[in-house]
Amino acid sequence: MNADCRPTLTLRQDSVGALAAMQAVFTRDMKVAFRQRQDLLNPLLFFVMVVTLFPLGVSPEVSFLREAGAGILWVAALLSVLLSLDHLFRHDFDDGTLEQLVLQPQPLFLLVLAKTAAHWVLTGLPLVVLTPVLGVMVHLDGNSIGVLCLTLLIGTPVLSLIGSIGAALTLGLRSAGVLLSLLIIPLYIPVLIFGTGTVASAAEGAPVGAYLALMGAFLVLALTLAPFASAAALRISLSNG
Amino acid sequence: MWQFFHKLGSPKWFFGIAARLMPWLLAGGILLLMAGIVWGLAFAPKDYLQGNSYRIIFIHVPTAFLAQSVYVMMAVAAVVTLVWRMKLADVFVKSVAPVGLVLTFLSLFTGAVWGKPTWGTWWVWDARLTSMLILLFLYGGVIALDRAINDEKSAARAVSVLVLVGVVNIPIIQYSVEWWNTLHQPSTFKLTEKPSMPAEMWVPLLLSVLGLYLLFGWLACLRMQTEILLREQRTRWVKDYVLVGRG
Repeated sequence: MNADCRPTLTLRQDSVGALAAMQAVFTRDMKVAFRQRQDLLNPLLFFVMVVTLFPLGVSPEVSFLREAGAGILWVAALLSVLLSLDHLFRHDFDDGTLEQLVLQPQPLFLLVLAKTAAHWVLTGLPLVVLTPVLGVMVHLDGNSIGVLCLTLLIGTPVLSLIGSIGAALTLGLRSAGVLLSLLIIPLYIPVLIFGTGTVASAAEGAPVGAYLALMGAFLVLALTLAPFASAAALRISLSNG
Repeated sequence: MWQFFHKLGSPKWFFGIAARLMPWLLAGGILLLMAGIVWGLAFAPKDYLQGNSYRIIFIHVPTAFLAQSVYVMMAVAAVVTLVWRMKLADVFVKSVAPVGLVLTFLSLFTGAVWGKPTWGTWWVWDARLTSMLILLFLYGGVIALDRAINDEKSAARAVSVLVLVGVVNIPIIQYSVEWWNTLHQPSTFKLTEKPSMPAEMWVPLLLSVLGLYLLFGWLACLRMQTEILLREQRTRWVKDYVLVGRG
């Protein structure tokens, strides 16, 4: 990797508050990502391609696609988040930035939270933005597309947060990619079930409030617990090297 | 109390205790399991609805019961590993994870065999079954992560974090049959209520659950002993043990 496209992190002073440090980490990750735009596009292209496989591979029938569309989009989104997770800490681990992060006086879990937030803005959010287009291609009706976007909007941050634990645990291991999927997919299943359940419920005209509330509960739970777990996992992985 | 706690942290001390416990665990386990299964399979009354096919319950429930509680035990040991860095706790997690995997598989398999005559299908994607399948994957993940990290200490701590993260699945399995309308029947044993089946059915079931617990204890001791010998192979007492044949 080109060294000068990775700005250094300057939060050395103790006087830098935790929020300012989080902001610095967040903006740095955004900067790094926008200097390597292809890396941003790859998960999105993957998302579109996986969705394309289903009409071609299973059936282009409108009735099938209408029924399975939400599930297909959710699975594709899940896989593409999974694919991008490897990048979450990898480059910072390789060039030593991660060690500096761990050494900061600010609590590590907040910095991890900032990194995860950046990861979501760079992968989860674009997936949500892209969803209406693909939703139309799999013949979902307008109401379903709206609900699907909403579930992905609540669900993809959960995917990023849970994924950060796996990414931290598998950091620096051989065949980390496959291992990461093995560890994380079981934890993704509940989110997937409720995400697609919401859309199915909406398609039948049933109220979706309870489903959305449950997904919100997932988000709150992941938001409060996952950063601690990934911070602990990061410390373990770094002491491993 | 504290002295006991410190002793428990010593692999050598545990090795001796385990050696003394194991014959009792094995004998008790086999006795209870045989009693429960023979009673259940041959003498317990037929179910008025399911006929004889319900008898697989005497294998299905103990394995499913153990599969979950092994994970809970692993979670407790994981906390001990992370907080007190106790060597034995991490030996325990590493040793019993494959046992838990096999138990989970057995409970899924016997459940499928039971499902065929009663539900008319090997498998349904219902909450109980799916969450047990997730448990199977979690066990697999724990084993895979443990094998992937070479450094023993890092492996122990990383696995502990993963085990604790996966603990969220346990209440989901436990309450899935009550939260959602599923095909799976509610739990047989509850702490607060009397079992809904007659005593001739639940007593042998309880016997086989307890028997499998003891047998698991024996297996855990055996596997932990092996792991301890491997890890402590450079110490004097292991050399003495291997050469002279006693601890």
